[in-house]
Amino acid sequence: MRTAFINQLIEEAKVNDKIFLLVGDLGFSVVEPFAELFPDRYLNVGIAEQNMAGIAAGLAMEGYNVYIYSIGNFPTLRCMEQIRYDICYHNLNVNIVAVGGGYAYGSLGASHHATEEIGMLRTIPNLVVCAPGDPAEAKAITTFTSNYVGPCYIRIGKAGEPDVHKPNGPGSLMLGDILPVSKAGEVAILSTGAMLKYVTDFVENNNIKASIYSFPFIKPINSEKLFNIFNSHTKLITIEEHQASAGFGSAILEIMNDFAERKELTSIPSLKRIAIPDQFYSVAGSQGYLREQAGLVLEKGDILNAISIEK
Amino acid sequence: MSDLSTIKFAKDIRLTTLEMVYHARASHIGGAFSMADILSVLYSNFIRIDPKNPESVDRDRFLLSKGHACTSLYATLALKGFFPKEELLTYGKDGSRLLSHTTHKIPGVEISAGSLGHALSISGGLALAAKRKSANWNTYCLVSDGELNEGSNWEMILLAPQLKLDNLILIVDYNKIQSLGKVKDVINLDSLKKKFEAFNWEVFDIDGHNHEELTSALDQCQTKNGIPKVIIANTIKGKGVSFMEDTVLWHYKSPDENQYKEAILELEKN
Repeated sequence: MRTAFINQLIEEAKVNDKIFLLVGDLGFSVVEPFAELFPDRYLNVGIAEQNMAGIAAGLAMEGYNVYIYSIGNFPTLRCMEQIRYDICYHNLNVNIVAVGGGYAYGSLGASHHATEEIGMLRTIPNLVVCAPGDPAEAKAITTFTSNYVGPCYIRIGKAGEPDVHKPNGPGSLMLGDILPVSKAGEVAILSTGAMLKYVTDFVENNNIKASIYSFPFIKPINSEKLFNIFNSHTKLITIEEHQASAGFGSAILEIMNDFAERKELTSIPSLKRIAIPDQFYSVAGSQGYLREQAGLVLEKGDILNAISIEK
Repeated sequence: MSDLSTIKFAKDIRLTTLEMVYHARASHIGGAFSMADILSVLYSNFIRIDPKNPESVDRDRFLLSKGHACTSLYATLALKGFFPKEELLTYGKDGSRLLSHTTHKIPGVEISAGSLGHALSISGGLALAAKRKSANWNTYCLVSDGELNEGSNWEMILLAPQLKLDNLILIVDYNKIQSLGKVKDVINLDSLKKKFEAFNWEVFDIDGHNHEELTSALDQCQTKNGIPKVIIANTIKGKGVSFMEDTVLWHYKSPDENQYKEAILELEKN
């Protein structure tokens, strides 16, 4: 995803001279081609994320579409107030890019586990919150944000994830788009961010009948498309590499509740949230290992039981 | 020789500020008064901005970081014609756009401020944009002394010389008092001049109420020599009204009717 992002950003910057990249002294072997091609629209501000967010606000006030780039919690939690007040309150064209979403930097420890930022960021007005599911979505989100007017957060994974959307990717994205990966049966698995590959592999390997939807946007979410998902399934499973509190599953629950409260849903699907259970994990391990420790796993029975109840 | 017009303007800023604070039963008059002379000289003779076209791309940018002292900036802008003076009396009232911390919804105000330690980074971003676009406008940023406790300021104080932002002019309203006491008793900033010199800034350590010194320093700040500039404006909190001067109380207190009248008399005399 990281590679897809920077390659697409370079393509966008070739045709859009407003694109400016700030990095917080991170991005070795990633950002160099951008820096070489566009030295006038690139700056390493050093290890100073609060300053980076403020500088981005200033540049955006002068017409630039600014991307700030760093790892997980650094361009997000470390400068949360600058994001809220300087960038979002002033509604500026700043895109906050965090690499290593979730447990991507597994063994580096809790400092590098980006597992709370979506909850914090999605409460901030004006901010679009994105978590692409594969390199093709990362590319499409980069194009989307380079044309969008307003602040965005982009959570991307690491390098080397396989593409899920084949052969031509998801195409161009509209704000809030939901991407159907497969449509089958009464159970729908709603995935955001880098969990997508795990979900599609699980369904395929277990030969299970289930719909899969990828959510590159966590805020906003196209409510009409989501309504149709609510209406056409009896059970939903949300999965995310984030704390259960205030994350993607919570966002889906909130929207479903609002539909139900307005009596617009004829029947309300059950919803299981797969997310991190309010814990830190202090063991070394790969991304896959930590996901298992945190219980970010699908259960075959959850899907099959729901199908048999239907029958 | 002092510029009588800037001295008169500073007096008008203080009188207008007093009126706003009194009618709104508001606080922070001490810090609003300490920077009144700075605003007067800046807006009279340095900041190139057209009140009728405050978003013109070639204007100088002025960012007030100590947003709690917004009253004297609002007064300055209204007196200069950025918006009607009558609106000032809505300050802090229900539904007014004149919030009690600086708001960018007001013509002539570049950014909202209120949380301290934000404006200098944004100012650096503006100055960087001007450099990258080869534009010749300046960015002025006014911070309080207390807010230099915020580490975010020092991130830009480190970076600006590296970027050779000689179009960035920082002014410290060094009134020596912060929220809970004297600056020297909370986190002593002395020697602020040596600190900035060590960070490779060009420093002007002056009396922030002396219009000749302000003018001279600001004149020298126009030099484009690859070095960012800082004016340490030594000021007095509450300057202009004797019973408000140099006391932490007037960070919070609003004048009662007698104090209001007494303050007017003192300001009119000066």
